[in-house]
Amino acid sequence: MEKTLKDLKPGDKAVVVKVGGEGAVRRRLLDMGVTRGAEVLIRKVAPLGDPIEVNIRGYELTFRKAEAEKIYVE
Amino acid sequence: MSYKFALVGNPNSGKTTMFNEITGSTQYVGNWPGVTVEKKEGKARRFKEDIRIIDLPGIYSLSPYSMEEIIARDYIIEEKPDVVINIVDASNIERNLYLTMQLKELGVPVVIALNMMDVVEVRQDKIDIKALEKHLFIPVVPTSASKGAGIKEVIDKALEVAEASPEGVSKVNFRYFDDRIENCLDEVETIIADITDTKGLNTRWAAQKLLEGDEKVKGKLQVPEGVIENLKRFQDDLGKNYAMDLETVFADNRYRFISEVMKKSVKKNEENHGLTWSDKIDRVVTNRILAIPIFLLVMYAIFQITFGAAGSFTIDWVDGFMNDTVAGTLSGWLEAAGSAEWLRALVIDGIVAGLGSMLVFVPQIMILFFFLAILEDSGYMARAAFIMDRLLRKLGLSGKSFIPMLLGFGCTVPAVMAARTLENEKDRRLTIMLSPFMSCGARLPVYALFVAAFFASNQGVVVFSIYLLGIVVAILSGVLLKNTILKGDAAPFVMELPPYRIPTLKGLGIHMVDRGMGFIKKAGTVIFAAAVVIWFLQSFDLSLQMVEEPEASMFGALGKIIAPIFAPLGFGDWRSSVALLTGLVAKEVVVSTMGILYGLGDIGDNTGQLVTALQGAFTPLKAYAFMAFTLLYMPCIAAFGAIKREMNSWKWTLITVLYQTGTAWVISFLIYQGGRLFGLS
Repeated sequence: MEKTLKDLKPGDKAVVVKVGGEGAVRRRLLDMGVTRGAEVLIRKVAPLGDPIEVNIRGYELTFRKAEAEKIYVE
Repeated sequence: MSYKFALVGNPNSGKTTMFNEITGSTQYVGNWPGVTVEKKEGKARRFKEDIRIIDLPGIYSLSPYSMEEIIARDYIIEEKPDVVINIVDASNIERNLYLTMQLKELGVPVVIALNMMDVVEVRQDKIDIKALEKHLFIPVVPTSASKGAGIKEVIDKALEVAEASPEGVSKVNFRYFDDRIENCLDEVETIIADITDTKGLNTRWAAQKLLEGDEKVKGKLQVPEGVIENLKRFQDDLGKNYAMDLETVFADNRYRFISEVMKKSVKKNEENHGLTWSDKIDRVVTNRILAIPIFLLVMYAIFQITFGAAGSFTIDWVDGFMNDTVAGTLSGWLEAAGSAEWLRALVIDGIVAGLGSMLVFVPQIMILFFFLAILEDSGYMARAAFIMDRLLRKLGLSGKSFIPMLLGFGCTVPAVMAARTLENEKDRRLTIMLSPFMSCGARLPVYALFVAAFFASNQGVVVFSIYLLGIVVAILSGVLLKNTILKGDAAPFVMELPPYRIPTLKGLGIHMVDRGMGFIKKAGTVIFAAAVVIWFLQSFDLSLQMVEEPEASMFGALGKIIAPIFAPLGFGDWRSSVALLTGLVAKEVVVSTMGILYGLGDIGDNTGQLVTALQGAFTPLKAYAFMAFTLLYMPCIAAFGAIKREMNSWKWTLITVLYQTGTAWVISFLIYQGGRLFGLS
């Protein structure tokens, strides 16, 4: 089974393979630098369990678990 | 020679600070046509006559998905600024350059203001400006806008570029996509060259957009069928080769190129990998256990200051100033001049009171926006959204709506205005429509009167239930509206958490004054006009004679006409209708009108008598339905003015107040009739 960002824990690192999903959300993720080859470090999960915070391309980005589930990593 | 420079940059890149530094002060703040996105314009008089600076919305990309992106893109294409000054945050250069690449693709003259160089220096990172210029083919000027450094150099460089390429659209392109794509673009370019030349678009950019399948560009160019067929062939071809859509291919390509440029021009200080102070703050502020208590504490403090001591002090002061000083002086003058009674009433009760009802909010709004600016500029606002997102999602909103909604408990006016911190237009509209359901401070006196009369033994619980009712109605409305008139893609919650920064006093001051003045100018006209109209309706009868008793006024007549509408809700008495009508001035006025209508005059110390009078006219069930209606029906005219200003559309303003008033009727109906079914009275 393919691994997604949702399967990772705070502190884990991974490299983006593919961004699934569609429309504006997906485009926004691409624009924000979540593209193939980008290194991602999971920073933390919000106090209520969602969304999550990651470090990518030298800055902090947050998105929901629903999005994390569509970002394939290795 | 006059010039037009546009500022383009990511949110949090210091663009606003840069704008303020260049222009000194803002000469124009308004909205872009038809939308609620703020538009700012100013002149760079400090440097040279006749340079207009247009501050485009803060954006991460030129993908035409958000309102802001479309505005920025259209502005650059249609208005053809002489130079686009691209503000790039040097401390977050990799992602910032993505927008730069898209500007470059548009084929417009670009100058990079490499901002926040002071942060880079502190971190001891090294950026090779010359190498950056060489690889990007764009002039780069290092700046630190917050310290005023490099501003003049940016303008000088932009002037130089503007004079070098007077025709606006430069023909210089450089190739950084895969060869396969570049070759394909070459071919498409030859096919569409004839069409783009007449439209004044950069051909290569148009070719790229057509390959991506950009509907807006396709429509603008009116591409003939034959060419579209041809394009399909190229798209299919590329699609097969990459096994992914072209949007992704282009985005991948841009970031790949940026990574290469970074390797050649940026050296990060490797020793500096420990926690920055921003990380340390975040450890506490978004901590699993502490995050929510800290957030609530911050909100409570802002609430206390704005709506508590400081706020009410300013309100009393303005109120006193308008009603005693101004009204007294004017009244004296008019009397001395021997003016007619109606004229004095118009000036004092109409105009001065109307202006006063609007002006009392101004200091409070400025105080509130001062704090909101601190939250925003420091980076805490983004954390608040991060913490609260999960709760707000149930309403079809994102975490960013939480603060406006919360402010609604204080006063609807600033709540509605705070909605402009939301980027997505649909979210903003929905937030504006829902925040009046949060019971504002002015409604409390109404509840206080009715619970004293009917629910003396459990006042707290009943008032609390009314507040709760507002929240429940907001939640249900959120779900309803999101699935009907405000349908659309769920707003993506993909948000940057910018590093914490210490806001500058200058920035905060500009923020506060801009918004305060904006409120006076735009909302003021609406509120003022409405106040005069309402005064007229409650002071005159149909034959335009001034009346003493509200019953005899046009409002009284109107109240009697509309009273039957409220009969199914349990309060079909004309007095209730008139009280609700006058409540539009400010909701607490419902109480004083009740006092007058029950013949008690101004109720100062007659509350006891009014309670007795109401006990004769209402039953507990009717009273509860009336309180629910007061909570939910359209907000006062000050809030109405704010809604009009923020919606920037009469249609949406009317939809909002009709929805609210309709909801109020339905809910009160359900309460009254439902209660009767259960045998309550």
